Amino acid sequence: MIQCKTSKEISGMGHSMKRKEDDRFIHGKGNYTDDVKLPGTLYMDIVRSPYAYAKIKNIDSSEALKIPGVLAVITGKDLEQYNLHWMPTLMSDTQMVLPVDTVMYQAQEVAAIIATEKYIARDAREAVRVEYEVMKPVVDPFKALDADAPILRTDKPDKKDNHIWHWEVGQKEETEKIFQEAEVTVKEQMHIPRIHVASIETCGCVASYDKVDNHLTMYMTTQAPHAIRTVFALVAGHVGLTEEKIRVISPDIGGGFGGKVPVYPGYVIAIAASFLIGKPVKWIEDRSENLQADSFARDYHITAELAGTKDGKILATRMKVLADHGYTDASANPSKFPTGMFSIGTGSYDYPNAFMEADAVYTNKPPGGVAYRCSFRVTEAVHAIERITDRFALEIGKDPAALRFQNFIKKEQFPYHSPTGWEYDSGDYEAGLKLAMKGIDYDNLRIEQAEKRKKGELMGIGLSTFTEIVGAGPSKDFDILGIKMFDSAEIRVHPTGKAIARFGTKSQGQGHETTYAQIIAEELGIPAKDIQIEEGDTDTAPYGLGTYASRSTPTAGAAAVMAARKLRDKAKKIAAYLLEVSEDDLEWEPGKFSVKGAPEKSKTIQEIVFASYTNHPQGMEAGFEATHYYDPPNLTFPSGAYICVVDIDPDTFEIKVRRFVAIDDAGHIINPMIAQGQVHGGLTQGIAPAMYEELIYDDDGNILNGTLMDYLVPTAVESPSWETGHTVTPSPHHPIGAKGIGESPTVGAPPAIANAIVDALKPYGITHLDIPITPYKIFKALKEKGVLDKNIVES
Amino acid sequence: MKKEITLKINGEEFTKEVEPRTLLVHFIREDIGMTGTHIGCDTSSCGACTILIDGKSAKSCTILAVQAAGKEITTVEGIATTEGVHPIQEGFKENHGLHCGFCTPGMMLRAIELLEKNPDPTEEEIRWGISGNLCRCTGYNNIVKSIIYAGAKLRGDELPSTEPVFVE
Repeated sequence: MIQCKTSKEISGMGHSMKRKEDDRFIHGKGNYTDDVKLPGTLYMDIVRSPYAYAKIKNIDSSEALKIPGVLAVITGKDLEQYNLHWMPTLMSDTQMVLPVDTVMYQAQEVAAIIATEKYIARDAREAVRVEYEVMKPVVDPFKALDADAPILRTDKPDKKDNHIWHWEVGQKEETEKIFQEAEVTVKEQMHIPRIHVASIETCGCVASYDKVDNHLTMYMTTQAPHAIRTVFALVAGHVGLTEEKIRVISPDIGGGFGGKVPVYPGYVIAIAASFLIGKPVKWIEDRSENLQADSFARDYHITAELAGTKDGKILATRMKVLADHGYTDASANPSKFPTGMFSIGTGSYDYPNAFMEADAVYTNKPPGGVAYRCSFRVTEAVHAIERITDRFALEIGKDPAALRFQNFIKKEQFPYHSPTGWEYDSGDYEAGLKLAMKGIDYDNLRIEQAEKRKKGELMGIGLSTFTEIVGAGPSKDFDILGIKMFDSAEIRVHPTGKAIARFGTKSQGQGHETTYAQIIAEELGIPAKDIQIEEGDTDTAPYGLGTYASRSTPTAGAAAVMAARKLRDKAKKIAAYLLEVSEDDLEWEPGKFSVKGAPEKSKTIQEIVFASYTNHPQGMEAGFEATHYYDPPNLTFPSGAYICVVDIDPDTFEIKVRRFVAIDDAGHIINPMIAQGQVHGGLTQGIAPAMYEELIYDDDGNILNGTLMDYLVPTAVESPSWETGHTVTPSPHHPIGAKGIGESPTVGAPPAIANAIVDALKPYGITHLDIPITPYKIFKALKEKGVLDKNIVES
Repeated sequence: MKKEITLKINGEEFTKEVEPRTLLVHFIREDIGMTGTHIGCDTSSCGACTILIDGKSAKSCTILAVQAAGKEITTVEGIATTEGVHPIQEGFKENHGLHCGFCTPGMMLRAIELLEKNPDPTEEEIRWGISGNLCRCTGYNNIVKSIIYAGAKLRGDELPSTEPVFVE
């Protein structure tokens, strides 16, 4: 049970307060980017490349420009005049805004139409004639470094191959020695598929440049408005758009999941068009454009190995990654490590040694990747470690739960120093797994499974006991283009005791308008309903780095606490003055200060706030406002224990997730209802790549499933009824002991599902299947093992 | 070559000239200016644009505005009454049936028709019933819960608890 220190009236931490933002959404009064309407708005549409790799021989806009209402067709050559045809990525690589001579992936932007109406812009898009000289693309990342592979980034004069970077961490020699001498070693090659966030709202913007004031207002779908403003200023400062002349407004966002962190070319072209024409320009991409051209996630090829003893002690892990970044490294990665937090790959286990390395290559695919509901590359690492742990259990014939208990980092080992350099703040992995096993009745499931196996039925149980790493992050390791990953909160309490608080983050459905108010309510005793939360306007909110990587609570949430505590210190001084006692004689309970031993002598927070405007002590600054910029001392390390039960149809191999129990430990929980909702959603985004989603390209670089007709976002039918719970192990360094919850389920669910499916197929010698695991993959694997009847017809 | 059409939206009559190719969803959003109906795809897969036409749910991106001439349309802006919110709106708010809110209008309108046809649906029937509407945030658990709640409210039954249930 979660204990609450405040009354329901105040609704501080621990209350399942109903969301304050919901009223506008249930009435259709949300204000998303496409809902923004400015007088005189022009519409932009984009001509995209049908080829993955081609020279542009000619762009003929003449027919398009004849259509009434078409104002301009913008090409890379037009932007080149202003040196706006390339832009930096967040990883200090470079990305085309519009190509001057070469397209690098199918669906890349080639030209932009500006017209008076949406439909006219689309007509013009069809009328632009582009002549291409098609070239053979690099699609398979394993062939990108072949001697005969074309060098893709000819714009970089020094580039002699398609290699982007190499990264490594850990104890190379020691690990190799352990692998040479170990009793047992296991190894699997796995692919974490290229997927897409597919938020239901696509990306878009309204760029509104005022020529008289030389001022740009940019309404856009961004999770990080301040950082984006700085990026725009860096890109366009040389044409006079300096940072004080740019206002980025991120209105309501229809889901982000990391996909709305990058700067996409469409945004920049819309700004350029508005800058040149002097009218607002709206660009809203189609779903198909969104899936085909916006940043992907994942796409890691991992060779994972584990060395251990015959009785189950794990000794070392070794991981080798090939990362397919598309034609530029446009990762939305807030860390200084090119693989982000992949080095969390020793997971929840007490590994004495580990060694991990990665190489990234360019291919003719869309750039990325984004940190899709993941602090960047954690999902990949967790999948590798949780799969290889199960592979080890299979090899030595040990129950995967028992193996995990044997190797967990123990509660008393925290703060724990991992062999890859992290300091885990806190955790109680045994408690989580015990609760999950109790919740799903693990022992009886194993008995049921044994009986079913005798009858040839396919039932599997899969575990995932993962450690997450979130809350980017401490300034020593985390920045975007040099800007440190702090975040901010500013609280203003009005004379009547009601408040407004502004943040550098930006909710995309996480419920910040409720949870931030609850944090402040907890600290100040002002009812959460009386605290208005505002985010997403760079003109009003304090500078912050935005919402992704489960960082809002660990950073901005902490900033809110610190700002509120500054105010409580001030409140104490005012209370002492009003009650004519020393500060030491006062005690606090949520909402008021009273005199120790004389509880009838007290002042409510509202009375104190009023006094701060009307009757504050001589020499004290008037008003009741505070701001804090919080640079976290460490990341937070949430964890989870997930157990999944699957039944597989022996004829069709249809996979049914019968039950899924998820126990999360995110430290202290602000709003259990909202935290649970985050877990539900994340789990569905975990089953998605485990069983349904993958962006597939053919040998010519054509995307084969670039629409929602064939990219299988789970519906309510594919999603199981999730069962969730929590253990509470507070973060010792976070001011309210919170850790962050949003991305844990997306990270933890895929290996639990994959492990369950592989477990179901254990009697047939199958040791690994790559996600997404489909009925056809099971059929193929069983066929390869010679298990199936020879006369089964391959579909 | 615009064509004049007359139709009712949320009880109010509108007469407008439209291009015959104008999609109903664009007509509602751009010409009428009601932006609660959303667009989430270009293949009629996501259901964010779901409205009611003469009481039946429909994806307004699959219909031309001219085809809706003479019809009565209900959008999210039209489901609350002067007495207060519709039970489905209450259900979604009380049960945390929404996160970002983008799919919510379509999801609620689909659920209204579902409950009209089947006032006391099972969880399975609800899941199939909303399978033409995608939500990327909630994982559907609480959408199902919201619809069960709204069903109870519409039937006048005792309301189910809205407290989150945890594995203990």
